Parts: sequence; structure tokens; C-alpha cells
Amino acid sequence: MLELITSKLEDAANWGRKFSLFSYPFVTACCGMEFMSVAAPKYDIARFGAEFPRFSPRQSDLLMIVGTITEKQGPALRRVWEQMAEPKWVIAFGVCASTGGFYQNYHAMPGADQVVPVDVYIPGCPPRPEQVLDALIMLQDRVQRGDGHSQIRLKREKIMLAAANAEE
Amino acid sequence: MAQKVVDAVKAKFGDAVVATSSEHGDEVITVKRDKLLAIAAFLKDDPAMSFEVPVFVTAIDLAHWQPLGRRGAPDEGTRPAYDAEASDGLRFEVCYQLRSLKHRHRLRVKVQLKETDTKLPSLTPLWAGFNWQERETFDMYGIRFDGHPDLRRIYLYDEFVGYPLRKDYPKDKRQPLVRRPDLVGDH
Amino acid sequence: MADLKTLVLGKKDIADLDTETEMPHELMTVNMGPSHPAMHGTVRIVLTVDGERIVKGDVQPGYLHRCFEKEAEHATYTQIFPYTDRLNYVSPMINNCGYAMAVEKLLGITHRIPRRAEFIRVIVSEISRVTDHMTCVGASAMELGAFGPFLFLLKAREWLYTLLEEVSGARLTHSYVRVGGVGKDLPAGWLPKLAARLTETEAALAEAEQMLNLNKIFRDRMAGVGALSREDAIAWGQTGPVGRAAGIDYDVRKDHPYSVYPEFEFDVPVGTTGDCYDRYLVRVEEIKQSIRILRQAMAALPDGPVMIDDGHVALPPKAEAYNTIEGMIRHFKHIVDGIKVPAGEAYTFVEGGNGELGFFIVGDGTGRPYKCYVRSPSFVHLSTAEKIFKNHLIADIVPIFGMINMIGGECDK
Ligand code: SF4
Repeated sequence: MLELITSKLEDAANWGRKFSLFSYPFVTACCGMEFMSVAAPKYDIARFGAEFPRFSPRQSDLLMIVGTITEKQGPALRRVWEQMAEPKWVIAFGVCASTGGFYQNYHAMPGADQVVPVDVYIPGCPPRPEQVLDALIMLQDRVQRGDGHSQIRLKREKIMLAAANAEE
Repeated sequence: MAQKVVDAVKAKFGDAVVATSSEHGDEVITVKRDKLLAIAAFLKDDPAMSFEVPVFVTAIDLAHWQPLGRRGAPDEGTRPAYDAEASDGLRFEVCYQLRSLKHRHRLRVKVQLKETDTKLPSLTPLWAGFNWQERETFDMYGIRFDGHPDLRRIYLYDEFVGYPLRKDYPKDKRQPLVRRPDLVGDH
Repeated sequence: MADLKTLVLGKKDIADLDTETEMPHELMTVNMGPSHPAMHGTVRIVLTVDGERIVKGDVQPGYLHRCFEKEAEHATYTQIFPYTDRLNYVSPMINNCGYAMAVEKLLGITHRIPRRAEFIRVIVSEISRVTDHMTCVGASAMELGAFGPFLFLLKAREWLYTLLEEVSGARLTHSYVRVGGVGKDLPAGWLPKLAARLTETEAALAEAEQMLNLNKIFRDRMAGVGALSREDAIAWGQTGPVGRAAGIDYDVRKDHPYSVYPEFEFDVPVGTTGDCYDRYLVRVEEIKQSIRILRQAMAALPDGPVMIDDGHVALPPKAEAYNTIEGMIRHFKHIVDGIKVPAGEAYTFVEGGNGELGFFIVGDGTGRPYKCYVRSPSFVHLSTAEKIFKNHLIADIVPIFGMINMIGGECDK
């Protein structure tokens, strides 16, 4: 019974989370131009409750990695991700952030997931604004289901903690 | 248009000018390294030259230079192919592009360097704009500019080993700073 | 009583306070970036500040170094176009044109490019310049707190993107120009659309200007901030809007004319004080001049082919490639080996969105460049930032950066 209540509670919390994603745009490159377009009048990301960029990682729970990540940038990205509040989600915006794209060389990192776990990848160079909105909806589904990377990790930690307690 | 300039430099500095050429409308002079500063000062300050504007600095690594002619035969025309074995092999060519606002002419000054001795005097004291450009050339090719106020890497990080735009640096040799702890060991 | 005073003030006598009006202070180091909302792109600045005043700023670019040169050395001449798009991603068409012109110079076919292609290049370049300046002005205004103009300008930019998308198939990274011409002709009925959009763009620009030019906050934060004298600007190699705001009357389109620019009438705005407000005014005026060029180019656009008729440079027509063996082989060779460019070197420069954008290409007779250097104006302009910052307040970094208009892709290559 208790389990049922907590899982329902979890659902409700997730429902709340999915419509109030506070994003931190980690904008590095050309994709940023398209990111601007997504926020601008025609495509208007505000309709999905994710319009409010927070320029401090500590106040946000959605990291948008927009553009190429280079080796020199890696530590900064990792630091930003570590500072974000749990639970947190990550979107890789553009093929550069997903795999490195057509930059396969000594300084471009082959995808931001080398450094932080990514929940949704948006291919395209740059992705069209419609694709971005689609990805946002996919992420919302994922948040609702509770299987984002950090949600799963939190759940696993909770189970392990419970098991350890039971052993004692 | 800049032929006048080339003639003037030749007349003034004689055999400090190793070679001159004119390709696609660009005048190029190759000068000896120890005369570079004197020639540069002349180019900047002489009223007939007045190259006030620094345009760019870069280097060419000739290590793989094997030019081909029209039908795939070796090219005899321009620069000869590079021979790494030859003791006097000049591997690097540092190019300074200059422009004059007053006379609207432009000139490329080149200095050739050996692989074992990649030093040359910095022109930053003359043209402040060359500051970052020389740092970039150092970063990418490992050319050392003596007298540069602040010669350190600019694009890459200090931990990086080697000079990536040299022809012998593999294109995709990465030197990672961080990786996800849960991924390390996978590959 | 005295004891209480000692307790509260830590001093014996209240008069002692006056002798210490000068608070003991030391310099502080503040880090900005590499991910900072007011930094266009990514750059890190390590500031040494005395209170709010900047004593020294160490600007560190390179966070977006994507190795353009190394990639170019491994790609055929045609494959490099997408990489050039991503240098200055706010005005990709100009990069395309500059690069194509450099290769054409090496091939010696500069004078054989069809006239229609040249006109189309001018048209798309000028549209790109308009989008570039609008983005720069809009984003800087937004960073200073004026969100309205940003929306107006972005709305106009969206129209122009849609037009460029109709031409090239991509909204942002066009890769439209080819060596020897342009990829395809303009779509039917495109010019009237452009004409209509230009009028609307002018209106949007006027609206934005109204909100900015006499806006007290905007002026206070721009005027007199980040001034650069003409001598310094020359010594630091400044070009483009930054150089012109400082009073350098230099525009590649006028001083070293290329393509069909000599046939158009336009003015080059030049500033007097070299501060951020002048840079803003120069940019706005350049948008108007670009629209003027666009109108002339649309009126004078000649008919004819858009690709050079030369088997060494152009792809064979599709009908031939699909139906004849020779055409097929030529197509194949063209794609795999690339265009054979004779050995030699050439430096070509055009007026980019930010200034003199040059390509220095060394060919070695194969289908790939031996070296492909790009002289990026942003990099040159950013190098002066350290000098400009000095003795300004931390808050002034935002307008200074906005008006230098550093574009990460171009600055870091
Ligand atoms: S995916 Fe394409 S548009 Fe986006 S940052 Fe990478 S190169 Fe630029």
C-alpha cells in the first residue's frame, strides 16, 4: 500500500517536473543561432513550459548542450553538470554535441556523452526548430516515465540504501 | 602593383632577399632570418612603403610537399619537393602578410626555417596586431618567436603535447582532459 | 563608555576612523566564462579587478577550436564548403564566396565566372551581411536588457533565413556556392519575395532603431565605452565595423574591389569616436547600404548560366552523368579526387560580416589543399579586447563584447 502511494506521488511529481523544466543553455557554437530561433517568436518554446533559461546551473534541471564540445571545453561542461540540482536531464542539441559530427579531429570531442550522460539526442546540423520541440516532448515523456539517467541513478541508490539498511 | 616595393627592398638590402616571386597578383619576398627585423622596420616606417596594417601570420609545413603537375607528373615549376634527408632542408616557411592603407599595396614576407631550429624574431613590437597571430602560429606549428611578450598556447590547452598542424601530427589523435568515470575502460 | 566604543568600533576613539577612510584593498581575480550568458560563443576571461575597475583582462579563446585547417587538409576542395559555413555561422554565404574565390584564383578562372553567378553571390552575401548585423545588434541589445529590439530583429532575420532556405535548402548552413559558380539557380518567383521582405525588414529595423537610438539606458551603456583610437585600430589590424567606427575608411568592397561590387553604388559609413555606440551606428547604416546594394543587384540581375562551363571544375550535367559512361566517370572522379588545383598559393579576401575575411590557400596539384589558412576578423578583433577593457567596469565587458561581435566558430576556427 505504501509503495502504491509513493509511486503515485512520484508520478505526480514527475508530471509537475515535465512542465516546468528550467533549462541551462550551454551554448558554444553555430547551433546557438538555431537555439535562438527556437526561443524567438515563430517557434516559441515557451508553449512547452521550458522557456525560462536559468543562467546558473544551480537553479536549473535541464542542461541543453548546444554546439560542438571540444577537449578544452570538457572540464567546464563536466563542472556545470555536477553543479546542477538533482534530478537533472541533458539534451544534446545538434550532431556535434551528439557524436562530434563531421569534426573528427584532435580537438573536437566525439559527442558530449563522453563527459556527461545524455538523455535525448537531437541530430541535425543544425537541427530544425521543429525537431527541437519534438525532442522536448520526448524528454517530457521520459521524465514522466521516470527513466532519465539521473532518475534511474537516484532510484538505484535508494534501493541500495534500503538493502543496506535491511541487512543491518 | 607592389613590384615597386619588391624592387626597393632588393635595392636596399641586396642579398638579404633570398627570393622574390609574384603569384596570382600577390607579391612575395623571402628574406634571411637575421635581416627580418631590419626589413620589417623599413617596410613599416619608410613613407614609400608604409605597410601599417598587419594582416596575418601563419606558417607552411613543407614536410609532405610533393607538388604534382597537370597530368600527375611531379611539378618542376614552383617550390621543389621537400627532402627530409637533406641536411639543409628548410621545413617551415613563416609568412607575414602586410597591407598599406595609404598606397593600397600588399606584400607577403616569408622566412624559411630548418626543422631543428624553429626560431625567429617576433614582429609584435612593430605591429601590435601580430601578438595573437604569432601565438597561434606557435600553438599550431611550434615556431618560436623571440621577443614575443607572451608566447603561450592560445587555442589548445597547456597539457597538449605536440603541434597539431605539423604534417606528422595525426588528424584524430586526441588528448582528452576528462572522460565520464563510468565510461572509462570501455574503449 | 569608552569601553563600549571599543567594543563596537574596535577602536579607541571615533576620530580614529577618519584616518582609515582608505580601506585596505588588494586586487582580486575574477573568472568569466567559458560558459557565460553574456559571452557570445565561448571565451574565458580572467580579470584582475580593483573593486569594479578592470586592471587586467586575460582573454583566452580556443574553446571552440574545431581545427578548420586540419579538416581542410583532409577534404577535397568541394568538401570544404560545409566547414566554411561554420566559421562565421551568422553569415555563412560570405564565407562560401570568399573561399570559392580563393580556389578560383588558384585555378585562374576568376574572370570566367558567369555574370549571373557573380550577381547571385552578391545577393546572397548581402542578405547574409544583413542577418549578421541584425543578430549582432539584437543580441547586444538583449544583453543590455532591451528584449524588444531583439525580437523585432530576430523576426526579420527569420524572414531572410526562410528566403535563403528556399535558395539553398538549409536554414543556417547553406553550402550554396561552388567553385566556378553557385550550386543552383534562384527558384522561380524568388526575387519579388525578396523585394517584399526587404521593405518589411527596413520597417522592422526602423522599429528597432526607434527603440534603441535615443534610449537612455542603451546610450549610456554604449556611448563612450570601449573607445579605440584610429592609430591603435590600424596597429592592431582592425577592419570591418570595428575599424570603420574608429575612423578607418577601409572596406574591401571599395578598396580592393572583387566580384561585381564596382558596379553598385553604396556608401561606407565611418565613425568618429570608435566607441561601442559608433560601432552600433556603423552596423545599422551598413544594413541599409546592403539593402541598397540588394535592390540594385535585383534590378540588374542578368540571365545566363550559374556555373562555369569547364569540365575540370564543374560537375557534368545530371543527364549526362546518368546516361553516358564518360559523364559517369567524370562525375565519379570529380567527387572522389576533387578538383585538381595547380600548385601555388593565393590569398583572397572579402568583406565579411566582421571585417576582412581572407583565405590563404596553398595547392599542390592534387584535389585537396596542402594548406588552407583563414584570416578570421573576429580573432584579430578579439585580440584588442584586453586593451579595450582596461580601466572599464566589469559591466562594460558586455557591450564591448557584443559590439566586437566575436563569433566563436570564426575566432577559434
Ligand atoms: S551540429 Fe552543425 S550547426 Fe550544430 S554546432 Fe555542430 S557544426 Fe554547428
